Amino acid sequence: MNKILKKTKFSENVVEYVIEAPDVTRHAKAGQFIILRVDNDGERIPFTIVNSDKETGGVTILVQTVGASTMKLAAKKQGEFISDFVGPLGTATNLHDAKKVILVGGGIGTAVIAPQAKAMFEKGNYCDSIVGARNEELIVYKELFNKCCDHAYFCTDDGSFGFKGYVTQKLAEVLENDTTIDTVFAVGPLPMMKAVVEVAKKYNRKSLVSLNSLMVDGTGMCGCCRVTVGGKVKYACVDGPEFNGELVDFDEAINRSKSFSEVERNHVCNLTGEVKNHG
Amino acid sequence: MARIDRQHMVEQQPNVRNKNFDEVCSGFTDETAMIEASRCLNCKNAPCVSGCPVNVQIPEFITLVKEGKFLEAGETVANNNSLGSICGRVCPQEIQCEGKCIRAKMEGAVSIGGLERFVSDKMLDNGNIKKVTKSNGKSVGIVGSGPSSLACATDLKKAGFDVTIYEAFHKLGGVLVYGIPEFRLPKEDIVQKEIDNVLKLGVEVKLNTVIGKTIMMEELLESHDAVFIGSGAGLPYFLGIEGENLRGVFSANEYLTRVNLMQAYKADSSTPIPRPTNCIVVGGGNVAMDGARTALRLGANVTVVYRRGMEEMPARFEEIGHAEEEGVKFQILTSPVKLIGDGGVVTHMVVEKMELGAPDASGRRSPVSVPNSEYKIPCDMAIIAVGTSPNPIITGSMKELQTNKRGTLIVDENNMTTVPNVYAGGDAVTGAATVILAMGAGRNSAKAIIEKLG
Repeated sequence: MNKILKKTKFSENVVEYVIEAPDVTRHAKAGQFIILRVDNDGERIPFTIVNSDKETGGVTILVQTVGASTMKLAAKKQGEFISDFVGPLGTATNLHDAKKVILVGGGIGTAVIAPQAKAMFEKGNYCDSIVGARNEELIVYKELFNKCCDHAYFCTDDGSFGFKGYVTQKLAEVLENDTTIDTVFAVGPLPMMKAVVEVAKKYNRKSLVSLNSLMVDGTGMCGCCRVTVGGKVKYACVDGPEFNGELVDFDEAINRSKSFSEVERNHVCNLTGEVKNHG
Repeated sequence: MARIDRQHMVEQQPNVRNKNFDEVCSGFTDETAMIEASRCLNCKNAPCVSGCPVNVQIPEFITLVKEGKFLEAGETVANNNSLGSICGRVCPQEIQCEGKCIRAKMEGAVSIGGLERFVSDKMLDNGNIKKVTKSNGKSVGIVGSGPSSLACATDLKKAGFDVTIYEAFHKLGGVLVYGIPEFRLPKEDIVQKEIDNVLKLGVEVKLNTVIGKTIMMEELLESHDAVFIGSGAGLPYFLGIEGENLRGVFSANEYLTRVNLMQAYKADSSTPIPRPTNCIVVGGGNVAMDGARTALRLGANVTVVYRRGMEEMPARFEEIGHAEEEGVKFQILTSPVKLIGDGGVVTHMVVEKMELGAPDASGRRSPVSVPNSEYKIPCDMAIIAVGTSPNPIITGSMKELQTNKRGTLIVDENNMTTVPNVYAGGDAVTGAATVILAMGAGRNSAKAIIEKLG
């Protein structure tokens, strides 16, 4: 059982949780993830570690409330417990070879680039960042990026905050003007990462992406998260979650991400009784 | 002695059980158990015992069954096998104890597995297990909670060690809970009770702990005098053929984990599971049979595709027989070539016919493809059950732990790895094998640890 130390609602469907898990904080590094179960018959769902604090024993995760399991989590109050929390899983981000990095986060994927911005800031190795979302309400960790990055750009689909348009448009503009940036680290929905990798390729920059594949165990046991990288089958949970963007077969990954969409779409919500269309 | 035929355990009818997840076989009644026990010739040299990897004293316990002393019989089994209810159900008895039974060549071996299960089940609810209070001040950390770890933990705890089991999942049991289905090995009534009996001895547990990630091997060695690795062989092999990453293609591990550990077989489960019309299972081992029979119960027409013949199948005879009775179809001497799909979803498996050539390294005749014999089988789901290898997380986190080419840990005759005071056993050492061999290795490791540190 793990206690919810803090619960912060960022918007209607985006909630940040700090979960008490001192064992996880001891070896957690940026780029790794955890798997949690809300209750005894819950699914195992993976979330990237946004922050890990050895002193408080708290692990921060950012959750978009989209399906039955995340709705069950959202129904939990601060101070209540969830049944399981395991990690840190996967490999840590490796940006050692990068001279200057631009972080690109789309929607909830911003949770993955936030710890990178913080880690690089703490090392005195400044980076740029582009954060995109549908509207201003869905932009997360604004202050962190403003504080930690050389340049922090924000994009919204509706223009309610920052640049009106997609992160890829902004990225092209930045790469055009700043040739010192050699690496793009992108995290977000698969089609967005695919588009970002195309832009990076066009400007001849390296790209790194973090895949949010479907998982069960998170330790290499089931192969549910398998993805083709450079013609070889890799497991996002143990070989990743981060891979060289140019080598990832995004079309296959996009197809595999729909594996249970039919089942989930017709899921009858146990909490509200309504049939959720999770599209 | 009058001829008495091998007694049969009570089984659900095939056309009933293939629609539910209740246990196929409900075992012997007191009466049939005693009749079956009377068939034992009580051979002086007890060939059956030599066929048992953990040396269960078979004639002794069967003699007690004959006399109606079921709990005493259960205790006799438990002296050598702390998981008798499980082994009675899943051991390949036909190639172990029962294969050596003198009666095997006549009217059928004594149903040793059935009797082991019968007496051990009696013990589950009525056994008198006490917490071990003696302590030798030494402690052992056990990685994983499958059969080898449970056996090792039991023996070490009884010898006075402080024992802590570290399990990556949220539930104890390893392959017993994620791999073997409910209809073959009931989870709450059998597995959990067996595990509870191990815990009653006073064994400590840390769930949700991945060694090599949450806690490093070096840290385990600092907090314990010795470590036993019983982390199994959890990494699935795929075929490496075209179309294997289409939607609808699963490793048996994923499919069975969703259904068993994550309980997708229950109507109110929150774990998604596909409900295909036509399912193909590739492989001929117990895991393939488990996958096939599970998919059948979830409403699919199931075909097992296996590249050798029925006789070469590594699955237990009983599992193959049960699968056939329940309606699983077999296409033997058939090997997958590729999977094809429509809109990213699998629709067919292209297969080719095989014939058997010369025996290979495993002693089985190697399949050779028949030219121009390809054809398509329709399927909207495919389960790949062609074996597993050990998970590399632990070995990857500690370079001194040496493995051989197949990723299995190298151990000496005392089950010690290449790192002092780190022992290993079960599938992590042998590659995918049986519950009972894993238990045997767990017990041998415990013995070596007791001799060295106890």
